Amino acid sequence: MVNIIWGAFIIIGIIYGLITGNIIAINNEIIESGNAAFNLIKDMTPLLVIWMGLMRIAEVSGLIKKIAKLMTPLLSKLFPKVPEGHESIGYIASNVAVNMAGLGSAATPFGLKAMAKLQELNHDKKRATSSMITFLVLNTSGVTIIPTTIISLRLVYGSTSPTIVIPACIMATICSGIGGLTLDYFIRRKNDNC
Amino acid sequence: MTTASFVILPLLVLYIIFYGFKKRIDIYDEFLIGAKEGLITTFKIIPNIVAMIFAINILIKSNIIHDMFLFMEPYLNKLSLSSDILPMAFLRSISGTSTLAIMANIFEVYGPDSIMGLLASVIQGSSDTTFYVIALYYGSIGITKNRYALSVGLFADLCGIIASFLIVYLLF
Repeated sequence: MVNIIWGAFIIIGIIYGLITGNIIAINNEIIESGNAAFNLIKDMTPLLVIWMGLMRIAEVSGLIKKIAKLMTPLLSKLFPKVPEGHESIGYIASNVAVNMAGLGSAATPFGLKAMAKLQELNHDKKRATSSMITFLVLNTSGVTIIPTTIISLRLVYGSTSPTIVIPACIMATICSGIGGLTLDYFIRRKNDNC
Repeated sequence: MTTASFVILPLLVLYIIFYGFKKRIDIYDEFLIGAKEGLITTFKIIPNIVAMIFAINILIKSNIIHDMFLFMEPYLNKLSLSSDILPMAFLRSISGTSTLAIMANIFEVYGPDSIMGLLASVIQGSSDTTFYVIALYYGSIGITKNRYALSVGLFADLCGIIASFLIVYLLF
């Protein structure tokens, strides 16, 4: 599916650009999009390096295992294939918690560690497991209690009540999460071989 | 409420270091091991991020999404919306930076407290950028067979966007 979408984006973009005479913008984009990608990576790397370091301390000291044990009763329903008290649960719980606090970019290292730990349980290293997919859904529709970026932008543009959208954001993201997890649950039940 | 989120990270760091001391870990050495691992991870995901941004930016710069929704303008006007909001709903799963830019633009044109501004805020908050998250997380561990991850992720986004419209009309 990613193959098709990725190819379609490029083909549609270039052909539409040719038709509408917008090809200069496309040309510039082909040259410069690598720059945009590297800027994103440049912004992300320092945070990732620091947090991967801190998380290593948390892991070796047993803190992650402790969180995992604490959260297993809550998360084992969503991740039936993950053994009880497995470290991935600790990272998943931390990722969700940091996401909730509205610290999206600080949540990424936890998510990457969770994925790496889930990969240890995987037999076919190229193929995503159902636990990984459930975690992705949980992550992308992750409930954010304090959407920091949105609130600060609202403030910048002179909103009289920047935080008024918080309940609505929480409700919308819960709907998205429930929708995704429900579909995920039914797909998993239909082919629960892995 | 926003100040709370500034306290969380320092407290978390404090707790991790404190816990490491308590368990008598070589915290400095372990930090370096983890940091090195982090550097390797970022290195591994560079191709995935470059590939994603390359395709997404070509699509966005061709203006097709914006043009596609222009013809729906008359219907949207009846709901006191403008066609600016639909590209945002459509792009939410694809590109976080471009929806953020659209949201800022809507704030500037209509004001953050208008129905458009509120809707833009809620759509932005309704989900994360599915394409980016999948490219990043699967890229970091070398997964190439996505299986149904994208379909489920996009379905979740769709639920979130429909809910955003309903909630904004019910609440405001």
